[in-house]
Amino acid sequence: MEGLSQGPRAEASFRLRLGDRRTFADRALTLIAIGLGVSALLPLFSVLYMLVVRGSPLLSLELLTELTPGAGMESGGIGNAILGTVVVVMLAAGMSLPLGLFAAIYLAEYGEDSGLSVVVRFAGKVLSGMPSILAGVFAYAIAVSALGSFSAFAGGVALAILIVPTVMLTAEEALRLVPSKMKQAALGMGATRAQMVTKVLIPTAMPGILTGVMLALSRAAGETAPLLLTALFSDYWFDGKLGEPIASLAVLIYNFSGSPFEYQVNLAWAASLVLVALVLLFNVLAQVVTRRPEEH
Amino acid sequence: MTPQEVLSNTATIADHRRTRPATGEASRVAAAEWLVDCQIEKLHYGSFLAVRDAHVPIAGNQITAFIGPSGCGKSTVLRSLNRMNDFIPGFRLDGSVRFQGQDIYGPDVDPVAVRRSVGMVFQQPNPFAMSIYQNVAFGLKLNRFKGDYDERVETALRGAALWDEVKDKLSASGLSLSGGQQQRLCIARAIAVEPALLLMDEPCSALDPIATRRIEDLMLELKERYTIAIVTHNLQQAQRVADRTAFFYVDTSAGGRTGYLIEYRATGELFDDPREDRTKAYLRGEFS
Repeated sequence: MEGLSQGPRAEASFRLRLGDRRTFADRALTLIAIGLGVSALLPLFSVLYMLVVRGSPLLSLELLTELTPGAGMESGGIGNAILGTVVVVMLAAGMSLPLGLFAAIYLAEYGEDSGLSVVVRFAGKVLSGMPSILAGVFAYAIAVSALGSFSAFAGGVALAILIVPTVMLTAEEALRLVPSKMKQAALGMGATRAQMVTKVLIPTAMPGILTGVMLALSRAAGETAPLLLTALFSDYWFDGKLGEPIASLAVLIYNFSGSPFEYQVNLAWAASLVLVALVLLFNVLAQVVTRRPEEH
Repeated sequence: MTPQEVLSNTATIADHRRTRPATGEASRVAAAEWLVDCQIEKLHYGSFLAVRDAHVPIAGNQITAFIGPSGCGKSTVLRSLNRMNDFIPGFRLDGSVRFQGQDIYGPDVDPVAVRRSVGMVFQQPNPFAMSIYQNVAFGLKLNRFKGDYDERVETALRGAALWDEVKDKLSASGLSLSGGQQQRLCIARAIAVEPALLLMDEPCSALDPIATRRIEDLMLELKERYTIAIVTHNLQQAQRVADRTAFFYVDTSAGGRTGYLIEYRATGELFDDPREDRTKAYLRGEFS
């Protein structure tokens, strides 16, 4: 105790002094950080708020199950557009995911630093930054012009072109994050390289891969420009014919939001809300599916 | 099919007596008892000579320790025994590693088949991001084992002295275990397929002393059934567990850092009566 009394007194040195320059700077920076964090959320929440306020009055079973109304009609829904979006996105996923995922496995595991993988990676980065309308123009050229008609298939091609680079690059990243000690463990057990990839590398990287896939699919589901040039729109239900135009939420929103008829404008709001909800639903589903129970 | 059967099925020569007699003191073990006759003359990574003159035959149902300073090639030699070095670009081995007479570097040998018979435990515990059960069953699945998985998993976990700690949470992730438990899980995973040889590359260096002691006790139990080769930095560990000890050293005379074998004898003899000056100095702790 006597030794302590010779030094500075604890009460004096530990007291909080707001006037101190360092304390003030600390508090001020904390406040600024919180403030900027909140303001970054503002646009997001105001968009969501608008969607809920303007879109929710029309929410009903009819909205989800009925056909889009013609000009001036006061009833109808967006059922064909919801189905159409799901169909086109699934088509696109079917075309793009095998391509993107196998390319990612090649880049992460087999190609590594080969000349081919450098070129592929560079092309992927360029493509992922490409304006989406160019994917539409390209799909128009190879699918619409060639087959002679706007079609669901062409819409799928356009979205697939947008999905491939995103999936490839994010999946490669996820695969590369798998610790090499796990790969060594598999190889040390006498796994062939293919067994190591399918039994250890991919399962371990799966959450990351799925995140990338969901990101790419969500983005594709909201794309409008490429679909305007390829899938166009339809006021009827999708009847299994991929060679004909098909409705989609994104194009519906584009068409109806500029409409002179109030009911169609309201439908556009409701469709926006449904689109966002769909994307959210898929993301949550993917999270649930890939969650590993009892990790810790 | 046991690993031995796998080997002899793919083997052209399975005659134990044709194993080359070992050099020096090691030859006191009758040739027929050598499980692996490792005769590495030169081991290159590209133009870099990493190891030379590593003649370390390994006797069955014994623990063989590789000791020596960092960079002396002891891990490299260990990894030559199951061809894990194949993954390093430029790897080239002159000499032979004969597993019950069959050269695992022979022209028709599938390195994957070799690794199925030679288990490996790494420095860092490396369980898969799967359940404890799936971790142990992994090798069985690779080998398309058609039998009672539950029984084999339990036997392996008991063998690795982990069963009592995990029997109520076999579906928990292997990554949820402590470091020492993870390492015993890796041992269980390795012995589940009943390997002819178990390689351990500094298996305790990431563990605390208590976990280390458990692994050492486990190794002594395992040698009743298995043959173990272990790399260790811990001289006391080699003394405690190993039947035979090989001392490696680094030769910097040619400008590079080339590891080579100095002395390979029964552990007691090597520690009590080292023959080479370098061994004496190393055991006295004069360099590391």
